[in-house]
Amino acid sequence: MYKYDQYDQAMVDARVEEFRDQARRRLEGKLTEDQFKPLRLMNGLYLQLHAYMLRVAIPYGTLNSQQMHALADIADKYDRGYGHFTTRQNIQYNWIKLEDAGDILADLAKVEMHAIQTSGNCIRNISSDHFAGATADEVVDPRPYAELLRQWSSFHPEFSYLPRKFKIAVIASDTDRAAMRLHDIGIQIVENDAGELGAAFYVGGGMGRTPMIAPCINPFVPLDRLVTYAEACLRVYNRYGRRDNKYKARIKILVHEMGAEEYTRQVEAEYAHLLEEGVEPPFAELERIRTYFEDPLFEAGAGDEIDRSDPDFAVWVDRNTVAHKETGYVSAVISLKPVGGIPGDATAEQMRLMADLAKDYSFDELRVMHTQNIVLPHVRKADLHALWTALDEAGLGSPNLDTVEDIIACPGLDYCSLANARSIPIAQRISERFAANGKTGTLGELKLKISGCINACGHHHAGHIGILGVDRKGVENYQLLLGGSEAQDASLAKITGPGFSEDGIVDAVETVTTVFERERQDGERFLDTYRRIGMNPFKEALYG
Amino acid sequence: MRLLTGNDLKTGAVTWWTGSDWSIHVEDAADVAGSEDEIARREEAARRVNSPYAVDAELQDGSPRPSHIKERVRALGPTVRPDLTLKPADPEIGNWVI
Repeated sequence: MYKYDQYDQAMVDARVEEFRDQARRRLEGKLTEDQFKPLRLMNGLYLQLHAYMLRVAIPYGTLNSQQMHALADIADKYDRGYGHFTTRQNIQYNWIKLEDAGDILADLAKVEMHAIQTSGNCIRNISSDHFAGATADEVVDPRPYAELLRQWSSFHPEFSYLPRKFKIAVIASDTDRAAMRLHDIGIQIVENDAGELGAAFYVGGGMGRTPMIAPCINPFVPLDRLVTYAEACLRVYNRYGRRDNKYKARIKILVHEMGAEEYTRQVEAEYAHLLEEGVEPPFAELERIRTYFEDPLFEAGAGDEIDRSDPDFAVWVDRNTVAHKETGYVSAVISLKPVGGIPGDATAEQMRLMADLAKDYSFDELRVMHTQNIVLPHVRKADLHALWTALDEAGLGSPNLDTVEDIIACPGLDYCSLANARSIPIAQRISERFAANGKTGTLGELKLKISGCINACGHHHAGHIGILGVDRKGVENYQLLLGGSEAQDASLAKITGPGFSEDGIVDAVETVTTVFERERQDGERFLDTYRRIGMNPFKEALYG
Repeated sequence: MRLLTGNDLKTGAVTWWTGSDWSIHVEDAADVAGSEDEIARREEAARRVNSPYAVDAELQDGSPRPSHIKERVRALGPTVRPDLTLKPADPEIGNWVI
């Protein structure tokens, strides 16, 4: 994985000292909260429901064991012994003291981490495929390109005060595991008929109160023009994006109102102009970055058989491991979704265990999934049983990847000052309901996503089943949505009808799965059945 | 009744104006109806509180209970982590929030 050079480290170290001084001046009363707020947000420090919250960037979700250990130490030393992995492949801590913030950033900098670009109207932490570099279906590892874009976007003076926040995802396979088309810019590295690599640009997607799926504005940008084209996309947005209304300020609104064709025309014109300016970094820089993402030394001839005599282990293998490009290896997913647990939360002790297991079994590497689980990307099949045993003993062995128990849930009203309703208790009760009725396995792939407000951090628009918490005269109420997908078959979920109470929404989810069981045909997922039969059978079952 | 709340500047902890000081316990909160703006200005200027604002509340069993669920969650702590709330030993406290 990428290692800081002297410039990266100097930039991050300088930022730590700058923020330490800003926090000191705030505590001494030399800065008002209005003056300090934009400064702390530029360093990932929010003021949330119970305390300050620090969001730490994990570029494209990739960590080594030393970094995971550092995150665990921060949880113990400065927080309350746990952290929350987010839908943007980051981690956040909920109980931070302002007086500790500088020390925390210094601890992060020691392991080449920071909290820059995890808030504010800038280009946020760039996300990617959590199986990058391990999966056989990619044309190339997308992470060097994500890293190049990270370096380009970090502190970019032109893009530090955009109309709104800006999110970029980079993938390199036809299977979309990063919700690429629901980003401000989604980039898919593709290969043309001549065997050349290029980047397909999808611009103007997003969730939030106005969900949109990004249209493709250019199917093939040469990779040695990647940054130039991205800069052209940003420039047109920066020039025309609305700043008078924050609810209409995201690029999706601009692309929608301007029209994709006109937006593309303007991007192409800006691109032509930028080509003359020569803003593309030298190719040698990309080559330098790429050297950090070379394959680890896989064992030649590693055994391809798995002893499945332990039935619980066999279930976990079937559910939580994913095919690897290298014979004898898999990617193993550590579920942070125990039945009745809090999606995405991990204790410091669990983080340390995951770090140690990554060191022992996965070439020192971990990935954070946007679905709030952790991946060990390169595990020998021969090591799987030992890995699973250690995970299971620590409460990390839930075999529920991509099932109805594998729920994305935002922090909701339990932690978030923007939320209107609690998300986590709904996730807990649904996972408990399905674990009790024994349907989790039989329902197959079923992606359930819960948001506690219209900002949609829980991706409810993109759930096969989505739940949106709303405030109805001071009482929590939950809308049910069906038919969303954030994969390559991206679609936006539709609301079934009137909302439900806290008890009612759990029953409602079970009801729609009963309709699915009744109506499904061979091999169909919930989403397939919904798309075939439409909303009406589900509405009839829900509302009579 | 109206309560004045904010966060402690150093720790971020939720605090409530008691009439003479700030407390992390909402049951200590005083009715500030009519004087909330003046107290908020004074206390924020003295850096004894961060971003204060007033909320509606009712008296329940002699103690103030914020009218909105968000403020009740703020007052107590996350409902999903009773061990981290201000009253981890009280099994009935969830009923106060919801």
